[in-house]
Amino acid sequence: MRYSALDIVRQAFSGNRHWKPVWREPQPKAHYDVIIVGGGGHGLSTAYYLAKEFGITNIAVLEKGYIGSGNVGRNTTIIRSNYLLEGNEPFYEFSMKLWEGLEQDFNYNAMVSQRGVINLFHSDGQRDAYARRGNAMMMHGVDAQLLDREEVRKMMPYLNFDHARFPVLGGLLQKRGGTARHDAVAWGYARGADQRGVDLIQHCEVTGIRRDEAGRVLGVETSKGFIGCNKLALATAGHTSVTGQMAGLRLPIETHVLQAFVSEGLKPVIHNVITYGAGHFYISQSDKGGLVFGADIDYYSSYAQRGNLATVEHTIEEGVSLIPGLSRVKVLRAWGGVMDMSMDGSPIIDRTPIDNLYLNCGWCYGGFKATPASGFCFAHLIAKDEPHYTARFLRLDRFERGLAIDEGGKGPQPNLH
Amino acid sequence: MASLITCPHCGSRPKEEFSIRGDALPQRPAAHAPDEAWHAYVYLRDNVKGVIFEHWHHVGGCRRYLVVERDNVSHDVLSVTDAARFRRAAASGQDGVVAAGKDLA
Ligand SMILES: Cc1cc2nc3c(=O)[nH]c(=O)nc-3n(C[C@H](O)[C@H](O)[C@H](O)COP(=O)(O)OP(=O)(O)OC[C@H]3O[C@@H](n4cnc5c(N)ncnc54)[C@H](O)[C@@H]3O)c2cc1C
Ligand SMILES: [Zn+2]
Repeated sequence: MRYSALDIVRQAFSGNRHWKPVWREPQPKAHYDVIIVGGGGHGLSTAYYLAKEFGITNIAVLEKGYIGSGNVGRNTTIIRSNYLLEGNEPFYEFSMKLWEGLEQDFNYNAMVSQRGVINLFHSDGQRDAYARRGNAMMMHGVDAQLLDREEVRKMMPYLNFDHARFPVLGGLLQKRGGTARHDAVAWGYARGADQRGVDLIQHCEVTGIRRDEAGRVLGVETSKGFIGCNKLALATAGHTSVTGQMAGLRLPIETHVLQAFVSEGLKPVIHNVITYGAGHFYISQSDKGGLVFGADIDYYSSYAQRGNLATVEHTIEEGVSLIPGLSRVKVLRAWGGVMDMSMDGSPIIDRTPIDNLYLNCGWCYGGFKATPASGFCFAHLIAKDEPHYTARFLRLDRFERGLAIDEGGKGPQPNLH
Repeated sequence: MASLITCPHCGSRPKEEFSIRGDALPQRPAAHAPDEAWHAYVYLRDNVKGVIFEHWHHVGGCRRYLVVERDNVSHDVLSVTDAARFRRAAASGQDGVVAAGKDLA
């Protein structure tokens, strides 16, 4: 499926009834070189890069719902590479570079918008921590700017600068950060993978993993029958423990629900992505005009794609505390997604104790920005059996070896990251 | 989730009085247990989809730790037990408190 300006005109005159499906709907074959479980952003980008960069095209992506029904279509679309630690920053910067060339690469409009991400600080200690983070970023060749209060005021005069308890003192700005249209990212990767021969099989739930006596994976039991494979790759986000359990893996993951909110459409007012340093509130404005925002997870284990009212109240309170004008805005929609919270807040892209089983998980609530690099690095791992250079710290055994990558210094509490 | 939770000590109280700590089933190994046991205790979780047992702290009430049996798909709260009682029942293998007792004995 290709698009052109002429097509748009032609389709408009025939009631938009003749667009062709963007990808095929194949029946599963008996056997694939690689099966990827999970048709979210990471599963799709893995399939895309395996086919495009690593020459493996006999691939199936098995998705229990429809493409984009998971977190890839539920997030608040923030992309950035403003991490502190050696284990994370080069990986997220690799992702940022892929974002910058993504639309040309897969020839699809993902609405990547580098509108700048600003992390506000509200105390001297927090300013020092952000200065340190900015310096760490620059050491990795990434842009970072520490803004003072007046510079921030020029960019976003509507903030509550003189808040009695949490005054806005400044912010750490990454200009190259921003947002991307989440569904379009899934669709672009799906289309690119499909064009290269990858079978995207929707409504196909993996219910078991079949292994031989030696423990090697032979294939998967699914709602569409048994499908064999040489290599099996799990990219099931919030359901990582469920699919891992099918191969007897017990993982450093707990599943939690995060909610997101969209307001009624407004004229352009918030031109950047803003995060509140005194809470965990973050906000941006979509191109349609709705304010897109969220805050903390609900703090309890959940596989339900919906949260509770206490968190709604908490989120809105944080928002109004930072941007008092928000109190007049109506919220139109709210929803939840279930996430794979890891024990140090950082992800895992690694092999497993089972020789031909590969694992991609632990994205917490920051995995959307990682979609391109996660797919690229996971594809690299599956194709070559060795980690990509930028993902070499994201190992499954790092907890055992005392090498946790704990950005927030919060310890092994999955609900705190 | 239910907005009212029945604390065995305080009776029916709003959910917001409680703070949820997490999985109640992992048991702290002995101080000199091998690294693997400590790794499993600190980092690994069953993370089952369905009925789970969690430590809740009744911060705005009796300040006791409780074990709440809860379905993490429907968010239904199924039972609330004092944590000490839960642990004793589990240790003696007595049923009636929790089915999970046998895993803990
Ligand atoms: C509300 C919210 C806001 C967020 N905001 C941001 C943000 O601003 N920036 C950011 O970087 N990240 C954000 N995230 C995190 C990000 O969305 C996730 O980390 C990321 O999308 C996870 O990877 P994925 O896209 O592959 O996951 P998913 O899209 O969830 O893909 C996993 C897929 O696996 C499928 N699956 C599961 N089990 C099976 C099975 N047994 N058989 C077949 N298929 C199965 C699921 O149906 C699902 O489609 C947010 C998340 C949420 C929920
Ligand atoms: Zn009580």
